Amino acid sequence: MPVLKNIKAIGHRSVDAVWRLGYATRFFLMTLVYSGASFRRFSLTVREMFFTGVMSLIIILVAGTFVGMVLGLQGYETLKRYGSESALGSLVALSLVRELGPVLAALLFASRAGSAMTAEIGLMKATEQIDAMEIMAVNPIARVVAPRFWAGVISMPLLAALFSALGVFGGYVVGVVLIGVDEGSFWSQMQAAVDFQHDIMNGVLKSVVFGVAVTAISLFEGYDAPPTAEGVSGATTRTVVESSLAILILDFILTAFMFRGS
Amino acid sequence: MPKVLIAAGCDLLGGGLEWRPGKSRYFKYVSSQALVELRDVNFAYDSRPVLKGINMTFPKGRLIAIMGLSGCGKTTILRHISGVLKPTRGQVKIDGQIIHELDREGLYAMRRKMGMLFQFGALFTDMTVYDNVAFQMREHTDLPENIIHDLVMMKLHAVGLFGTQDLMPTELSGGMARRVALARTIALDPMLILYDEPFAGLDPISLTVVGQLIRRLNNALGATSIIVTHDVQESLKIVDYVYFVSDGAIIAEGTAEDIKASGEAFVRQFVHGEMDGPIPFHYPDGDYRQDLNVRV
Amino acid sequence: MERTTLDLWVGAFVVAGIAALVILAMKVGNLSTYNVSDTYQLDAYFTNVGGLKPKASIKSAGVLVGRVTGISLDTNRYEAKVTMSIDQRYQFPKDTFASILTSGLLGEQYIGLSPGGDDKMLKNGDELKHTQSAMVLENMIGRFLYDKAAAGSNSK
Repeated sequence: MPVLKNIKAIGHRSVDAVWRLGYATRFFLMTLVYSGASFRRFSLTVREMFFTGVMSLIIILVAGTFVGMVLGLQGYETLKRYGSESALGSLVALSLVRELGPVLAALLFASRAGSAMTAEIGLMKATEQIDAMEIMAVNPIARVVAPRFWAGVISMPLLAALFSALGVFGGYVVGVVLIGVDEGSFWSQMQAAVDFQHDIMNGVLKSVVFGVAVTAISLFEGYDAPPTAEGVSGATTRTVVESSLAILILDFILTAFMFRGS
Repeated sequence: MPKVLIAAGCDLLGGGLEWRPGKSRYFKYVSSQALVELRDVNFAYDSRPVLKGINMTFPKGRLIAIMGLSGCGKTTILRHISGVLKPTRGQVKIDGQIIHELDREGLYAMRRKMGMLFQFGALFTDMTVYDNVAFQMREHTDLPENIIHDLVMMKLHAVGLFGTQDLMPTELSGGMARRVALARTIALDPMLILYDEPFAGLDPISLTVVGQLIRRLNNALGATSIIVTHDVQESLKIVDYVYFVSDGAIIAEGTAEDIKASGEAFVRQFVHGEMDGPIPFHYPDGDYRQDLNVRV
Repeated sequence: MERTTLDLWVGAFVVAGIAALVILAMKVGNLSTYNVSDTYQLDAYFTNVGGLKPKASIKSAGVLVGRVTGISLDTNRYEAKVTMSIDQRYQFPKDTFASILTSGLLGEQYIGLSPGGDDKMLKNGDELKHTQSAMVLENMIGRFLYDKAAAGSNSK
């Protein structure tokens, strides 16, 4: 019976998924446990920060500026209807700092740095470099995985902050310089509306959580990838998809906690 | 101490001597000083038996080959010796210690005395040749950089690749990459060296070079080397003893001479590369003529 | 050589990131107007705090002088006890009036302080005796209707 077969297949896949989730959790905990070397030999982490953080800078900076500019443009069009153009500053800043900065920066980070990490680790596994390290009595999780994890977690809030800052600048350029919204009210209303603890720190907290999630997913998918060409390519696709979903779901959960009744 | 050994090794190599069996005293197979011992090792992968009652002894200072077809279990034996796999029954002893009963610390301590050359080298592609060879020195010792520099240069010279230290692994040819991997394997002068298909995919010149290097390094370091291979010609030139594995069990063993003169059907087919014999040419799955409905 | 260039780039990246955070905090947020200076505590009791929330602003003559740090129900007096943190620079007389006002027509609520004429100033831990509670919309509508009804019957 084909229906029974399909149900069996779904059951199989679900059990497989739960099993995989358990394995992933254990992998994540091992990464944390073996993180000592990432800090004692900080140059390892610094090197990874170059490949994840610095190399993602261009896409973050360009995207941030343009998102801010679009916010400025669209925001002006909408606020104009209610005669509240002077609130453009608060609109741009709050949207960026609370939501768009952390979320979009994390999504871009997942596609660029996350998939790169997955491919790198997947290939290292496929060409037996990880096994070679094991045989050489060097713990591959401590030497290869943990530094990349901490590099991602440290880079993520910095990238999100840069994204938001450039977004505000982009909104300023479009709103004040190009359209002509009053500069004074742009900045003063923004400063009145954006609270350091409530908005900015919450945004930073969000980006740290996203950093942990995206990096953990990327590293796990790479480590668990089958050692073939299809295996690695499938793993990178899964990284981007799973990271994106995780970011959006976590964003909702965090927003509900942080901005409830504000 | 390691410096002295390698200096001695370099003299041997610099002397341009080529090693051939018969020129040494390693003929007689002595089983009293075993470095590695496999006793009744059984291993099953998901209820599919892979190794069935393997008994092997690897004395100190010898070069021993494990030969067989692809998938016969020889790489699995190597994985047991390096501690990656645990036997479902039986014991694997290295230097008197049962390796699969060691905890993580003990296992890593044991592995520091081992070196393994992987098929195709498995060099770290994000580091230069120098960093690859220096890897173990930097991870496991506190040697200052200038001493590490000297050691790396000596290892590279021992494999004939002095001058390549700033190249990246992707810039090396297959044979050169294999030799760099060999230099990395012997970086800390291990007492046990494992080779997983060291001759795979090499040109004839590189084959001889790698073979001779394996033999000379074994002699120079006083180490025990275990080669897993199915390249008969090259290995028979350099080994002291051979184990033949088929379908998870040892079906023949002996010195290189014994093997060449063997009457055992499988060994003959393997050594002489015959197309048909105990290992049939045709996949055993019914009659071809029946499928075509041809009347016999 | 490769090592040092890499370090430089990563260092620059970290500096840029932290700078962005600082800019966000200072220019975009209200960290610079945050009272990092010393403050002193004052209490005030209201019959109804309306929509007043902790961290709401306390203004006098429209200038921000402090923040509400806590709102609780006093079970002895059954009134709302509001704890206020006022900037040390601003001293208020003992007969200052504290009222809960709304910024704009439907904006968020804040406390407005109108100073009286007393010579003696409020000290840390003192209580403001004169308070005016928030205006509750239902009460206002009720009173408006009552007044309207009273005016109607009067004119008869």
